[in-house]
Amino acid sequence: MKQISLLKAAFAVAAVFVGSLPVLTAQMDHEKPMATPPPPTVYVNPRAPESDPRVGLKAGLYDAGVAAKGLELIQTIAKPSGFAPDESKIPAWEDAAPPAPGAPRGAAIPAPYGTTNSDLAFQGKYVFVGNYYGVNTYDISDPAHTKLVTSMVCPGGQGDVSVYGHLLFMSVEAANGRIDCGTQGFASLEEAQKAQAAMREQMANMSAEERQKMMASGRKPEPAEKDRVRGVRIFDISDVTKPRQITDVQTCRGSHTHTLVVDPKDKNNVYIYVSGSAGVRDVKELAGCSGASPDEDPNTALFTIVVIQVPLAHPELAKVVNSPRIFSDPTTGNANGLWKGGNHGEGTQTTSATRGCHDITVYSAVGLAAGACSGNGILLDISDVVHPKRLDAVSDPNYAFWHSANFTNDGKAILFSDEWGGGGQPRCRATDPMQWGADAIFSIGPDKKMTLKSYYKMPAAQTDKENCVAHNGSEIPVPGRALHVQSWYQGGISLVDWTDPAHPVEIAYYDRGPISGKKFAMGGQWSTYWYNGTIYGSEIARGLDVLKLTPTDWMTADEIAAANQITFKELNVQDQPQVVWPATYITAKAYLDQLARGESLSKDKVASIKTLVTAASSDKKAAAKLKGMAGELDKAAATAKTPADAKRLHGLAEIFRKNADGAALSIASL
Amino acid sequence: MAVLSRMVGVLLCGCASVALAQAPNIVQPGAPGKPTQELSAVTAAPPAKGPSDADVKFMQDMIMHHGQAVEMTELAKTRAADPEVKAIASKIDLSQGDEIRWMKQWLAERGYPEAPAGGMAGMAMDHGSMAGMDHGDMAGMDHSQMAGMDHGAMNHGSGKTDPMDVAPMVGMLTPRQMQALRNAHGAEFDRLFLTGMMQHHNGALLMVKDLFQQPGAGQDPQLFDFANDVDNTQLAEIDIMKGILRKVNP
Repeated sequence: MKQISLLKAAFAVAAVFVGSLPVLTAQMDHEKPMATPPPPTVYVNPRAPESDPRVGLKAGLYDAGVAAKGLELIQTIAKPSGFAPDESKIPAWEDAAPPAPGAPRGAAIPAPYGTTNSDLAFQGKYVFVGNYYGVNTYDISDPAHTKLVTSMVCPGGQGDVSVYGHLLFMSVEAANGRIDCGTQGFASLEEAQKAQAAMREQMANMSAEERQKMMASGRKPEPAEKDRVRGVRIFDISDVTKPRQITDVQTCRGSHTHTLVVDPKDKNNVYIYVSGSAGVRDVKELAGCSGASPDEDPNTALFTIVVIQVPLAHPELAKVVNSPRIFSDPTTGNANGLWKGGNHGEGTQTTSATRGCHDITVYSAVGLAAGACSGNGILLDISDVVHPKRLDAVSDPNYAFWHSANFTNDGKAILFSDEWGGGGQPRCRATDPMQWGADAIFSIGPDKKMTLKSYYKMPAAQTDKENCVAHNGSEIPVPGRALHVQSWYQGGISLVDWTDPAHPVEIAYYDRGPISGKKFAMGGQWSTYWYNGTIYGSEIARGLDVLKLTPTDWMTADEIAAANQITFKELNVQDQPQVVWPATYITAKAYLDQLARGESLSKDKVASIKTLVTAASSDKKAAAKLKGMAGELDKAAATAKTPADAKRLHGLAEIFRKNADGAALSIASL
Repeated sequence: MAVLSRMVGVLLCGCASVALAQAPNIVQPGAPGKPTQELSAVTAAPPAKGPSDADVKFMQDMIMHHGQAVEMTELAKTRAADPEVKAIASKIDLSQGDEIRWMKQWLAERGYPEAPAGGMAGMAMDHGSMAGMDHGDMAGMDHSQMAGMDHGAMNHGSGKTDPMDVAPMVGMLTPRQMQALRNAHGAEFDRLFLTGMMQHHNGALLMVKDLFQQPGAGQDPQLFDFANDVDNTQLAEIDIMKGILRKVNP
């Protein structure tokens, strides 16, 4: 009861807050009275009060102040040599004054925080931590003693990673990625000109023949580079300590992110959906690349994604097999159908320009994919993996940049994130509206159309020294609930319960103070994912964080134990696995703890069933009694106060009916 | 060594959250088919590489470019009528204000001033750097919406053009356009603000495109991310503004 009333109180605060937003923001920012964002038409969670322990934390790279609830840090493994910060250089960087306008070039004092950690992938006892400068592989067989196994140097951000069998995939988008994994990048115009001048000097004393030879070998200063990689690198990690590069699949816009797609009908290949959001390459660098509008060039690299096929027997033959026009207008065939979509009606925003996707999450178990595609959130039918088809597209007036997506386990709701500001800007200040740079939660109807239900943003105000906006997260497999653990860069980690898509609630968090209290430094959580009972966070500057859930009123020990029954052999979060829980008394206890928070079953009833469940593993009579209750529980589901409680009651009935034999629960009871 | 250092760390701190660097096995794969080599902690370090001249110019120019956008959003606070115009102005104000601070720090960390010697004059549009730029192939650019953008105004080599019609940089509003904006209120302001800001944003897209046409430009990872984010978000904002314009000026 206490928890229920707390929840209601939170909603009441939200309603008041949204209503009085203009006044609040005006008071907070005396210098610049701000215009009001459009009032949200759906629920948005409230800003946490200033008394939130996350407000005002002490700054520091490795000694920052910490506030946590329901999450405990087990270990942080600083980035290794080559990737690591140089602590000795922090004071000089923090105290350096900028050169005056018009002054000549002074000494470079780069931010000393090392290269950027990015996305994570998991396989067996390993976590692969992507970085703009390569990939670091850690042994997590004992998460409390996580050990670095291999540091692989191979620049070309952002280093989004996936793993399948002995293959490691890595996204390259940046302009400095080289085929040979070299760290030198490419010569700039002035460097090339200097080299040419030196060559001319040399040539002055040469014979005509020698001169001609040298001319032929000299490089012309051009943007096109034959040794550049933008696309997906594929490595053989049969020996995890010595990855070998097998091939690079080059794409016109590079690979900002990629998504591993395993087609249940195709055992010979895996597929990669490549999302590119950067500029199109020079046609002299990669043949066939065009950045023209679709009206001018039907083969433009804009308004599409790229599908790579990877033959498992011959991964070296991986190649682009399709560039589906998933944004096209179904009636006219225009490639830029969404872009020309126009207004959605009186008083609504236009559909924003969608030229490509930022990230795609596939949910093969239900044949769907959710694309976070620049100006749109889109839903795709991927039953034919090579030829995905758009089912629906949504836009939102509060959204700047659709960034990533996650499904609920039942596939009936999607949580999109908006990376307003690109991740490098502080967007969680007290003055930044809660519905900007937030998650947007949509339900998926039986007609496969999406409907906006709510916004969620990490609620604690952060400083202007902390880059903060919605970023990558994964689902925690607690049966009976939709739980999303999510990165908010220097806003830390926030665990949101979105079981009710219309009322997301934060139930746990972990946050540090800024990396520097004196200057803005890029840092914070890039990806935070649950994997086999542990939560791993790739902190951009500080390293790999290893965390665990700790029990609270909102997450009981039994619920954590129920999630820990699930073991993935491999986890690529954007290839979302469907979780099927076992019919066990552990699962039943989690359902009961959740029912105790609601009003679908009396507290006494819940308590008495839980006593029986605790006894049932060693007491056949108790088990029989529970089995006898199954019909009653199914009946109670019909009058449950929430759809989630109805599922929990059906789940209990099924477990009791099966005598908790450990078999897979039916999908309907998830 | 890794085990030893961890033990020492735990002894000294007694807490779980100590940050530990571990002794590495560092490798660098070769090109496809080529062997993987081992690196030492020293050879693994990224080489110190400064930005290219084009990178620096892009940032210095963009600070000035963003500066005008903030000037325009400042006007919107007291002159705009439509709530959606106010909202997009507020969003642009926040974004570009933050980005100006960010760009200044980026330059300072690399030893460069926020503005080159010579100030305004040095920043005037460099036609040389625009060579090869095809204004006609701007994807996503709807010329019918570009009423406010006077390509003629950029042609300031002839000496005949009134300085009031000279934009300091691609896409930037001319002094005359800024004056008109300052003098407008209500619906008229909304229309001029939207058309002006779309023109302004399109200029930023051209600057990004121009940057990546320079050899060796954009290799700084932070600059690469920033430039692409400018491209993505400003393109999205242009479309949002198109929608608002259709509503306020049907």
